[in-house]
Amino acid sequence: MRTIRAAAAATLAISIAAGVTGCGGGSSASGGSNDSPKTLTYWASNQGPSIEADKKILTPELKKFEKQTGIKVKLEVVPWADLLNRILAATTSGQGPDVLNIGNTWSASLQATGALLPWDKANFDAIGGRDRFVDSAVASAGAEGKDPSAVPLYSLAYALYYNKKSFADAGITKPPATWDELVEDGKKLSRDGKWGLGAEGANLSNNIHQTFVLGQQHGADFFDAEGKATFTSDGAVAAVKQYIDFMAKDKIIAPGNAEYAQNQSLTDFAKGKTAMVLWQAAASTFASQGMKPEDWGAAPVPVASGTPGQGKNVNSMVAGINMAVFKNTKNIDGAKKFVKFMTSDDEQKLLNKTYGSIPPVKTAQADAAFSAPDLAVLRDTLAKSAAPLPQVPNESQFETAVGTAVKELWADAAAGRPVTTESVKARLEKAQQTMQQ
Amino acid sequence: MTATVTTDSRTEKSDRVTSRGTGGARRRLPRIPDRIRQGGLPYLLLLPAVLLELLVHVIPMVIGIVMSFRQLTQFYINNWGGAPWTGFDNFKIAVDINAPIGEALLHSFFVTCVFTFFAVGLAWLFGVAAAIMLQENFRGRGFLRAVFLVPYALPVYAAVITWAFMFQRDNGLINHVLHDQLGLTDQPSFWLIGDNSIYALIIVSVWKGWPFAFLIVMAGLQNIPRELYEAASIDGAGIWQQIRKITLPSLRPVNQVLVLVLFLWTFNDFNTPYVLFGKAAPENADLISIHIYQSSFVTWNFGTGSAMSVLLLLFLLVVTAVYLFITSRGRKGADA
Repeated sequence: MRTIRAAAAATLAISIAAGVTGCGGGSSASGGSNDSPKTLTYWASNQGPSIEADKKILTPELKKFEKQTGIKVKLEVVPWADLLNRILAATTSGQGPDVLNIGNTWSASLQATGALLPWDKANFDAIGGRDRFVDSAVASAGAEGKDPSAVPLYSLAYALYYNKKSFADAGITKPPATWDELVEDGKKLSRDGKWGLGAEGANLSNNIHQTFVLGQQHGADFFDAEGKATFTSDGAVAAVKQYIDFMAKDKIIAPGNAEYAQNQSLTDFAKGKTAMVLWQAAASTFASQGMKPEDWGAAPVPVASGTPGQGKNVNSMVAGINMAVFKNTKNIDGAKKFVKFMTSDDEQKLLNKTYGSIPPVKTAQADAAFSAPDLAVLRDTLAKSAAPLPQVPNESQFETAVGTAVKELWADAAAGRPVTTESVKARLEKAQQTMQQ
Repeated sequence: MTATVTTDSRTEKSDRVTSRGTGGARRRLPRIPDRIRQGGLPYLLLLPAVLLELLVHVIPMVIGIVMSFRQLTQFYINNWGGAPWTGFDNFKIAVDINAPIGEALLHSFFVTCVFTFFAVGLAWLFGVAAAIMLQENFRGRGFLRAVFLVPYALPVYAAVITWAFMFQRDNGLINHVLHDQLGLTDQPSFWLIGDNSIYALIIVSVWKGWPFAFLIVMAGLQNIPRELYEAASIDGAGIWQQIRKITLPSLRPVNQVLVLVLFLWTFNDFNTPYVLFGKAAPENADLISIHIYQSSFVTWNFGTGSAMSVLLLLFLLVVTAVYLFITSRGRKGADA
């Protein structure tokens, strides 16, 4: 009996251990080949309202590609929440797709893994040349001075969306161009249970996007030239405080926004509860929530003074989706052909129109379809006043560490706890200390 | 884990049956020679399970332990076998409570201990209370038993996301009842961020965990002879005395296993906090499972994350071993 008990205890111990430390792994395969020239696997990120919708949109295009080249593309649409972990798993095991979508803010982090095909001159030439793409979009595809790890596919930028009726009711005739004007308008709009501005306080990425732009306006980059974190610089602290102060001091953001992470601020906007939101390409979401195009307007994100531009007047991060190729693909030529197809003028116009994004390909961007007032704002922002997030290998850590610090500061503000320069600095200091490497 | 523990409890049971049965009870199955019985048979029976455990759990676990000794970041995951060895550096980082990573891990450990204490305690209490209440036969007992098991039967994600909706400050049901209808709070409270988040976590965990306790205790109650209660009742013992003197002592072996299983599940619970709060839990609901996940898969420090996992594993093994030692000693004492 003792033996049975010992064996059972050993099995129990193993179960506990495995429950805690389970982890897999594999080794890398280097260099692409053409061993499997007739098929490709493609992981598309979930861009549309649902995975099924994405399949419906992309399948006819993939058939078109198959007709042109004889290469069959096996499509898998991966939800955003799963995509990065799926890419990491594929990188570790060496069993990934041939071609995949990545969020452009992950470019440098994924570049550091060495698993993605670098887009050197020869590879860019194979898809029509690097010059076809907007500079800021290419700049957000990898670390500066290195060959990009991906090719831009869909570009996005932030704009200030405003509810025309709310503005008219408050007697405001034009959207704010500076933050002072935004706060002034916000105070006029924050009454009778309605609020001036919306935020997604528990969404780490959104927190980063907003504070990065304000950081740029305060002359802070969050990283120095050597790639070391500088989260506690005066500019970075001022930027984060300015953002939280919209709720804590200016009281133009509803306290409830501190827990928003599922785009609830857009629902509030569509219902008329919030008059302004800072968002990327929100038109299709507004339409799905029953708003008509004439109900809302889009303007450039405010700056401290003057007009949006480079340097301190940057007013958006370069947002978007890039297309990468796994270095160990067994159809390297087919993969490049597929990237060329997806970044061709025709496909760029069609897909970006469908998804409400801006083509990163210059010739496609010139199409009249992207000149509608709201898209023109996004297009001009991308061309003139957007900057890529820090292209450093530990960008992913930055998003989590600073995004979480900002989330906690929102919670402080919502609970009525004071948000001071010191408290902001303390949170950012803690975030900085958790950065390793 | 359940299967293993069940095996253990069955072992105890068969132990007793065998010892009682030495008086010459009839055996239905052919007698297995003592040589095999005491020698290889138990191992033979365990072999399939052990082989599967090796493939599914042990090998990945060993890899996890190896990873904890390597500097495994995004620079090496493409060829993680080539990540540099760092000795105990990852462990030093994890336990250095004067540095932010170690301090945060310690904080997370304390949060998890508090959470586990209340979540397991309340789940056990509700489970036992409900099982005792439903011990008597009455109209509607079957229906109530089925209803009580619903939280256990529901898919975790669907159930917890529903709680997340209910805990929303402005549109959630909880604040609607507490604030709008009952007027118990001055203003709507936050449940998913800030100080209250630990309460939200405990509430959901207890809701999800107590039906299991209910189920196990209900099964345990079936083994208590009715005559004991009848005799006690004739002797003038009230309900409370019957519970204290008959029910709880009789349930002791069942409760020992139940509490251990609930403890392990709750301490390691990942699904509840992840679905409720996302990948960045509020500070005072930052359970260790989420914390390790964040270190490994969000900030891509797989080496440090693995070291934290190994430390957690050691902690749980020690607690389990001490618990089993104490409870088995207590049982031996009781048997004697």
